Amino acid sequence: MSIEVRHISKTFGRFRVLRDVSLRVETGELVALLGPSGSGKTTLLRIIAGLEQPDPGSGPILFHDEDVADQRVGERRVGFVFQHYALFRHMTVFENVAFGLRVRPRRLRPSPTEIQQKVEKLLHLVQLDFLADRYPQQLSGGQRQRVALARALAMEPKVLLLDEPFGSLDARVRQELRSWLRRLHDEIRLTSLFVTHDQEEALELADRVVVMNEGKIEQIGTPDEVFHHPRTEFVACFLGQVNRFSGRLEQGKVHFASLEWEAPECALLESCPVHVFVRPHDLQVAVEPNGQPALGARVEYIHAAGPRVRLELRADTGQKLVAEITQEQYRTEQLTVGSRVFLSPQNIKVFPTQAED
Amino acid sequence: MVPLSRARQQVLPGFGLTLGLTLLYWSVLVFLPVAALVVQAAGIPWHQFVQTMAEPRVLAALGLSFGGSALAAGLDTIFGFWVAWVLVRYRFAGKRLLDALIDLPFALPTAVSGIALTSLYSRHGWVGQWLEPLGIEVAYSRLGVIMALMFIGLPFVVRTLQPALEALDPELEEAAACLGAGRWATLWRVILPTLGPALLTGFSLAFARAVGEYGTIVFISGNLPGKTEIAPLLIVVKLEQYDYAGAAAIAGVMLAAALLVLTIIHRLQSSYSFLRG
Repeated sequence: MSIEVRHISKTFGRFRVLRDVSLRVETGELVALLGPSGSGKTTLLRIIAGLEQPDPGSGPILFHDEDVADQRVGERRVGFVFQHYALFRHMTVFENVAFGLRVRPRRLRPSPTEIQQKVEKLLHLVQLDFLADRYPQQLSGGQRQRVALARALAMEPKVLLLDEPFGSLDARVRQELRSWLRRLHDEIRLTSLFVTHDQEEALELADRVVVMNEGKIEQIGTPDEVFHHPRTEFVACFLGQVNRFSGRLEQGKVHFASLEWEAPECALLESCPVHVFVRPHDLQVAVEPNGQPALGARVEYIHAAGPRVRLELRADTGQKLVAEITQEQYRTEQLTVGSRVFLSPQNIKVFPTQAED
Repeated sequence: MVPLSRARQQVLPGFGLTLGLTLLYWSVLVFLPVAALVVQAAGIPWHQFVQTMAEPRVLAALGLSFGGSALAAGLDTIFGFWVAWVLVRYRFAGKRLLDALIDLPFALPTAVSGIALTSLYSRHGWVGQWLEPLGIEVAYSRLGVIMALMFIGLPFVVRTLQPALEALDPELEEAAACLGAGRWATLWRVILPTLGPALLTGFSLAFARAVGEYGTIVFISGNLPGKTEIAPLLIVVKLEQYDYAGAAAIAGVMLAAALLVLTIIHRLQSSYSFLRG
């Protein structure tokens, strides 16, 4: 079951939360809506679910190419998972999961035995069969979120929508639940859309990532595409750390910070000021000049705890930069705070500067 | 060796002092009068106690006091939920005024509200004159008693439910809606059970207040023995007839019954305790 929205806008008072957003999620896909808070991602999710109404004049909301914009929440058959679980605290885990079946109109309601079997199957799927008689308050955060998921799946939803599903869990549980959800999705293949502000989560979990900012979609692509080929400055900045330089584009060459860089992809553009982005791991660090064009810098801080060593540097131009090197290089080159190094970019992204900058 | 007293020092100081004051306060204000009553009632010879309690007038008064209070508290719980819902969920002109007026029965001298209700609902009152042709008699009837009890009990329910409703996560209702529940199913299966403890507290406060109410009722009920006479009034009547033993007997029974009811409610309440977390 695919999800498609066209030209959706939403205004709260005078605040425009969504500006003409269009998006298509293919059947069986797991797609992340990624953006900072206030980017409109949760609102978009709630509009798809039917929990919010888009502004008049917005386009259709299509589930499997059928317009559901006029259907109420309950009729759309969306499984919605809330950040804070929203479990019914006066019901046991079993009753929570059974809720969607028990409230069906009598002629559609499964028999008690069928409900029993279905709920048991779902609790087994989310690996919580042994907690069926507990109350939500007696569970850990990760367990509660899995109950919420089982509850959403019980009504056999057409699509699954998750609002910051791991938002209120601690780092380790988050990591576990993330890979668990990925496996579950591969198993049940339900079209799913989840909201997150955690770029790592989006890149790791999703088939495709929708990067949102200020009510607009900045880029849609596979995790690989959005990370390695950001289409806008915002995407480049939001997905991981970057070093940003101001420079100039002239005749297909980018000049920035005393360096010159061939930029064939910009060959057709006229001369203009540009911003140049270099990711920390794309800054090659050398203790002696090695013939490549390089920037002089001094090491200010070293963060060595982690799989890679992060260096905070001060370039000769006075700009602060961040570079990442391997633990191995860190040991062989014997870098210390104050060491003088030469930085040569390996890979750059060039964005013409917008007029308002 | 660490001195014992240091080892036992608590992070939160003043336990001894505050508990002592609490007990003193409670003893002077609550325990002593109640104990005096128990002693008084216990001194009545058994046959005299039975004789008093067997009087149809006494039984009727006790029945009206407890039955009427339970009915009034039940109705208050329904209307109080309604009022609290409107006050919490919607924004409308005059909301703050309405909110402030809720407390009025708390502050009004009971005699004033009793007289006001009576004059409204009596045969010639503003409302009563329209009800009389329909055969509905409010003042000087049991209906009037229930009405007055509802009047004084309503604020307890509203004020108990308001914070509970405000704390009710709207996501619960959204979750229910997503799962296909209509508004009615959401109300019955999600909202009301979640508010259970608050509803129960509101009910028991309204009930307790109604059982002990005197001032409002004596005006509106007409005090017809065996019909609209409430137990607290009957106690006063017995005292005026110098029947101290009879008064103490009724009072003792009221105390025991009130304790029993409140204990049951408390037990119900604590069965919810595992839901908090």
